[in-house]
Amino acid sequence: MRKVYLDHSATTPVRPEVLEAMLPYLKENFGNPSSIHSFGREAKKALEEARERVAGLIGARPEEITFTSGGTEADNLAIIGTAYANADKGRHIITSSIEHHAALDSAQFLLRHGFKVTFLPVTPEGLVRVEDVAAAITDETILISIMHVNNEVGTIQPIKEIGRLAREKGIIFHTDAVQSVGKIPVNVDDLGVDLLTASSHKIYGPKGVGCLYIRKGTRIQPQLHGGGQERKRRPGTENLPGIVGFGKAAELAGKELEEEAARLARLRDKLIDGVLERIPEVQLNGHRTLRVPHNANFSFRYVEGESILLSLDMHGIAASSGSACTSGSLDPSHVLLAMGIPHEVAHGSVRMTLGKDNTEEDIDYVLEVLPGIIERLRAMSPLYQRRASN
Amino acid sequence: MYSEKVMEHFTSPRNVGEIPDADGIGEIGNPICGDIMRLYIKVNNGKIEDIKFKTFGCGAAIATSSMVTEMVKGKTLEEAMKISNKAVAEALGGLPPNKMHCSNLAADALHRAIEDYKKRRNGQGNAGTAS
Repeated sequence: MRKVYLDHSATTPVRPEVLEAMLPYLKENFGNPSSIHSFGREAKKALEEARERVAGLIGARPEEITFTSGGTEADNLAIIGTAYANADKGRHIITSSIEHHAALDSAQFLLRHGFKVTFLPVTPEGLVRVEDVAAAITDETILISIMHVNNEVGTIQPIKEIGRLAREKGIIFHTDAVQSVGKIPVNVDDLGVDLLTASSHKIYGPKGVGCLYIRKGTRIQPQLHGGGQERKRRPGTENLPGIVGFGKAAELAGKELEEEAARLARLRDKLIDGVLERIPEVQLNGHRTLRVPHNANFSFRYVEGESILLSLDMHGIAASSGSACTSGSLDPSHVLLAMGIPHEVAHGSVRMTLGKDNTEEDIDYVLEVLPGIIERLRAMSPLYQRRASN
Repeated sequence: MYSEKVMEHFTSPRNVGEIPDADGIGEIGNPICGDIMRLYIKVNNGKIEDIKFKTFGCGAAIATSSMVTEMVKGKTLEEAMKISNKAVAEALGGLPPNKMHCSNLAADALHRAIEDYKKRRNGQGNAGTAS
């Protein structure tokens, strides 16, 4: 059976070149970067090279990169670390209602610990309004945290405009760029961010490694306590093979970004146009153009997301859904609900995220299989029947 | 995450559809929670002669609907009333823990269909005596 992986926003495979680059650091170059002997020095050199590569991808200085165990840890460090380091200046934080749970739950944690948090609404297309950010700012505001690209609907937020606003008001600005780094151009100076989260496994690097960009001069309180690694911001012996892999993945992503983004955008448009043409009563969630090249998110009326995913999986197609069944709670995706999408439409959502190995033929295959799946499930659905008899 | 039996019922559900002249209809769930099951029964001599379902929901919702129709076809109403959601889940080789509550309502829908049948019959019976 043909296998089509369309869940690249969940994770990506490690590229062969990345694995190749990592292997020596699992074998002969196993040293601890903190050691002074030759093994340690070799490791330290690799660590700093990786740091340069990651910094290079986002226009940062190497010393501004703090490696972490991934995006979740970086978001926690950015949000909670900034709040505690700057609590003497105020205790108000602004974020959005469509953030990844790593950011959302960090903000919720602060809310339980005496901070005030504003969760901004979004437009029906999933965009934060700059004027809403401006209106939420008070003398107490110490941090604004808005994601660069939403992981579910792929919308690209007005980070540059928010960055300008934050700079004017002297407020620290964090962006979770896990879904944008390596996919679209990301430059910390251009965006005007003080803190930026990135992750390795979304860009064909290994899992378990990410980073927080911390602009020079930004106060942050470490969330882990231990040795002096990562300028004391993130103690613990470095995950060197992972970091080297992240570095290699970042280097390759930067080199191929322009061409790959254009190719994926063409495939994505083919997918979106094809689905909207071939299947009645379907909507595209998110913004049509302010959207990362690899994301498509649809709601199919009268059917439920998990049953679509199971059916796709039986045809070798891997996707994800914002239905309650896949969110682990009784509610469907908080992102779709925040966009004002009714529960029953959110339950029928399917996210398809493209990547490096997807081809034109993959999209043809999805377009061939999907209409039948939706038709079969609709034939079983009491909602569809009810509508047709009206 | 699902047993083979669940996947088998999801892939080839039994008794999908409607019965236009059903003797009883039972519905449970709502679109907000993401599951709606509707069961149609045809009753003859106190037995469920035919049963069909329509379900909006996840794999578990569809599989439990299909399973319950298979379990009660040909059974008496009394026997059918004794079938619980738990029994349906067990017949499917179990369901993931998070599905035991939200998507395991097929027996409830069946009981509602039987109640609907009884209500209608009582209504008809009265009409019968009057004529």
